[in-house]
Amino acid sequence: MLKFFVKRFGYLLLTMLAVSLIIFVVNEYSPGQVTRKILGPFATQNEVDILTVKMGLDRPIIIRYIEWLGQILRGDLGKSTLWGAPVNSIIWDRLLNTSIIASLAFAVIVPASIIFGVAAGMREGSRLDRTISLASIVTTSVPEFASGVFLQSVFVIWLGLLPGTSPLDASGGWSIASQLVLPVAVMVLYDLGYVVRMVRASMVETMTRPFIRTAVLKGLSFRNVIMKHAIRNAMIGPFTVILLQINYLVTGVVVVEAVVGYPGFGRMMLDAALNKDIAVIEAGSMFAVFVTVSTQIIGDFGYMLLNPRIRFA
Amino acid sequence: MAAITMGKKQDGFLLRLLKRIALLRESPVGMIGAALVLFWILVAIFAPLLAPYDPNENYMDDYGNWGPSAAFWLGRDNQGRDILSRIIWGSRIVLTVGPIATFCAYVVGCTMGLLAGYYRGWVDVVVSRISDIILSFPVIILYLIIISQFGPSAFNIIVAVTFIASPQVSRIVRSLTLELRERDYVAAAKMRGESAVYIMLVEILPNARGPLIVDACLRMGYTTIAIGVLGFLGLGLPPPDPDWGGMVKDTYTMMSTDPHMSLFPCAAISSLVVGFNLLADGLREISLRD
Repeated sequence: MLKFFVKRFGYLLLTMLAVSLIIFVVNEYSPGQVTRKILGPFATQNEVDILTVKMGLDRPIIIRYIEWLGQILRGDLGKSTLWGAPVNSIIWDRLLNTSIIASLAFAVIVPASIIFGVAAGMREGSRLDRTISLASIVTTSVPEFASGVFLQSVFVIWLGLLPGTSPLDASGGWSIASQLVLPVAVMVLYDLGYVVRMVRASMVETMTRPFIRTAVLKGLSFRNVIMKHAIRNAMIGPFTVILLQINYLVTGVVVVEAVVGYPGFGRMMLDAALNKDIAVIEAGSMFAVFVTVSTQIIGDFGYMLLNPRIRFA
Repeated sequence: MAAITMGKKQDGFLLRLLKRIALLRESPVGMIGAALVLFWILVAIFAPLLAPYDPNENYMDDYGNWGPSAAFWLGRDNQGRDILSRIIWGSRIVLTVGPIATFCAYVVGCTMGLLAGYYRGWVDVVVSRISDIILSFPVIILYLIIISQFGPSAFNIIVAVTFIASPQVSRIVRSLTLELRERDYVAAAKMRGESAVYIMLVEILPNARGPLIVDACLRMGYTTIAIGVLGFLGLGLPPPDPDWGGMVKDTYTMMSTDPHMSLFPCAAISSLVVGFNLLADGLREISLRD
C-alpha cells in the first residue's frame, strides 16, 4: 500500500514537472515574447529589447525556467498584466466561485447518473433502456454554449424564471441562488449523459454474471437482486469515471462561465488567454493539471479499496 | 475448408462498403444519425446553390422585422446578414476543418499506437509517457493555451485538435495492436520476411478498423464541438467567415431581444453533433452483432 502511494506520488511530481516545462516553454520561449506583451503592439523593437535585458529575459531558457519554478514553489505566482494585481489575489477567489457550481453539479450528477444508469442497465434493450440511452447521447451531443442558449431562451426569455447572467451580485434583483441554476443545469446536461452511459454499461455487464443468476434462481425478488446484489458490484467500475468528472467540473467550465458571465476559474482562464496574460495562464494551467493528476490518483486508490481482488493481490 | 473460402468470390471493395452501410438499416438510431450527417454533407456540397444570399453581405435596409420572415427565412443577424445563408456556408467550414483535423489526429495517433503496441519495450514507454502528459491537461485549457499562443486560424485549430486527440487515438490503437500482434497471420507475415512497416500497415491496422471507425465517428462529434466552442470563445476563425460558434458569440448578448440570431446556429451545430454520435452508436451496435 505504501509502495503504491510513493510510486503514484512520484508520478504526480514527474508529470507536474514535465507539464510546467511545456507550459513555460510554450509561453516564454522567445525572449521578446513576454516584454512585447507587456509593452503592447505599439512599442518599438528597441524598447522591447531594453526591457527584455532589464528583466533578464535574454538569458538561456533553462535558467529562466528554474528561476520561475523556484518562484512558483515559494508560492509566488507572478503578476497579472490584465488585472494589474498579483495572481495570488485573483486565482483563489475565482477557484472558490467555480467550486460552488462544480460541487452543486457534482451533487446532482452522482445520484442522477446512478439512478438513470441502473434503471437503463438492469434490463438491457428494454424500452426504458433505449429511451435513457438515446436521451443521454442527445444531451451530451449538444455543446455547452448551445444548451446554454436553449435553456436561456426557455427559462429566461420565455418564462422569465431565471436571470440570464450570473455575476454573483444580487444588485440586479435576482438572488445569488437563482443565478447558480443556469450554469449548474448546463454542466449537468453536458456531463450527465456520459456518466449515465458508463454506469449503464457496467450494470449491463454485471447483470450477465453468474451470481446474479444465482440470486434470481434462489427466489429473490427482482428489486432485491438489483438493490442488494447488482448495484454494489456495478458501481466499482464507474467509480473512477465519476471521480474524473471533477476535472471537467473544476477546470473545464470555461464555456459555461462564458455563457452566463460567471466570475470563476474558467472565465479567468479565457480572459487571460484572450489577453495573453502569461502569469495567469501559467498558474491556472498548473493548477488544472494538478487537479487532473490528483483525481486520477484518488481514483486509483478508491478503486483499489472497492475491489478486493486488487486490494489483496 | 481453406479451398472453399479461397474459391468463394470476394465482393469488390465498393460493394462490401455498401453492404456495410445497408446493415445500418437494422439500427433505427444509426439511420437517424446517418441521415443528419448526410443532410449536412449535402448542404455543404451544394452551399452555393442553396444559399439564398451572400453570407457576408449586410442587408440593413428595412425588410420588416429582423426575425424570420418571407425574405429571410431564419431572419438576419446583428449586422443584417442572412442567417440561413451563413448557416449553409458555415457547414462547409465545419465539415472541412473537422474531418481534416480528425484525419490528422488519426495519422499521428495510429503511428504512435502502432509503434508502441508493436515494438513494446522502451518505444512503448516513451509513447505512453508523452500521451499521459498531454492527457493530463484538461482539453479546453489546452485549446486555450495553444490557440491563444499561436493565434486563431483554421490551420492552428487543426494542429490543436491533432495534438489533443492523437494521444487518445494512440491509446486505442496501442491496445488493439497489442492484441492483434499475437495473431497467426502476423506470425505468418513475419515468417514470409515482411517488413515491420508492412505488418503494421497491411496486417494489423486493417484488422483494427472496426473499433476505430466507431471512435472516428465519435471523434468527429468532439471535433465539431471543439470548433464550435473555439468560435464561441472568440478563438475560432477570423471574421467575417460564417462559423457557427462565432455566429453565436456575436449575437448571444442580444438574446433577450433577438433570440433567433443565436438559436438557429446552435440548432445547426447540435444537430450535426447529434448525427455523428447517433451514427457512432448505430455502428457500434452493428459491430457487436456480428
